[in-house]
Amino acid sequence: MALSTEPRRGVPDRPSGTAYRVGRDRPVGGFELWTWLFMRISGIVLLILAVGHVLIMHVFDTGVERVDFAFIATRWASPVWRTWDWALLVLALVHGINGLRVITLDYVRPAGVRFAINIFFYTLGFMLFVLGTVIVFTFDPSKWPTT
Amino acid sequence: MATRQRKKSSDYGSVYKGHEGQWSWLFHRVTGVAIILFLFAHVVDTAVVGWGPTAYNRVASVYHNPIVRALELGLVAAVLFHSYNGIKILLIDFFPGLTRHITAIGRATIILFVLSMIPITWIMGSDIIRLLTD
Repeated sequence: MALSTEPRRGVPDRPSGTAYRVGRDRPVGGFELWTWLFMRISGIVLLILAVGHVLIMHVFDTGVERVDFAFIATRWASPVWRTWDWALLVLALVHGINGLRVITLDYVRPAGVRFAINIFFYTLGFMLFVLGTVIVFTFDPSKWPTT
Repeated sequence: MATRQRKKSSDYGSVYKGHEGQWSWLFHRVTGVAIILFLFAHVVDTAVVGWGPTAYNRVASVYHNPIVRALELGLVAAVLFHSYNGIKILLIDFFPGLTRHITAIGRATIILFVLSMIPITWIMGSDIIRLLTD
């Protein structure tokens, strides 16, 4: 296992002028390195997707007040917004659920309990991924012609 | 350099030993959990759009409630804080030399966050007040 076996420590006493030690030890290989890298790359993409989504949908132009079925029908007439929302769905779910996994590593010591909690969130995440994907790509407002 | 100590439970419990970074670490964690928990609900409520206008407009009306809109302002704040603090983490991770300026970068993150929240609070706040007074 390429992971550091060093115990986690706090920031050591810092002689003035030297750098802080910040955060947990950086993973040096294997699964943890790839999730570490994924968190950073998805984070950069989410800076645009999530912050853009929040500003467009929740802040400007009366925010969610204007959001109703007709609004979604107009918005998802564009494949750009369907793709944006789907990418946001996938990246936010994986980024967030991996974040929860990292948190369980800190607070849930018994391996079996941690495994059960993580399996619960993976299952929930997968179900929401399927639900969101199906809705984003199959939504067809012409099924309700009166609107 | 750190000297190796015998492992104590407090070595796991108190991560930054009171530096400002401890608070940004805590807020990053708390906002992250808040956002993913909201996302679980938000995927489901948005999916209701697939059941037609009657069902979806009923769900959407929940979000038009002024109290829910006030909570929504908190959500926006959480997303923005997590984003700005995430940028800070990216800078430190990919440019380790910047750790010697971590205090300044941390303060810049907070200042940027507060400066961004002023107009956002104004915009969403006036919408909420209009809802309450209509």
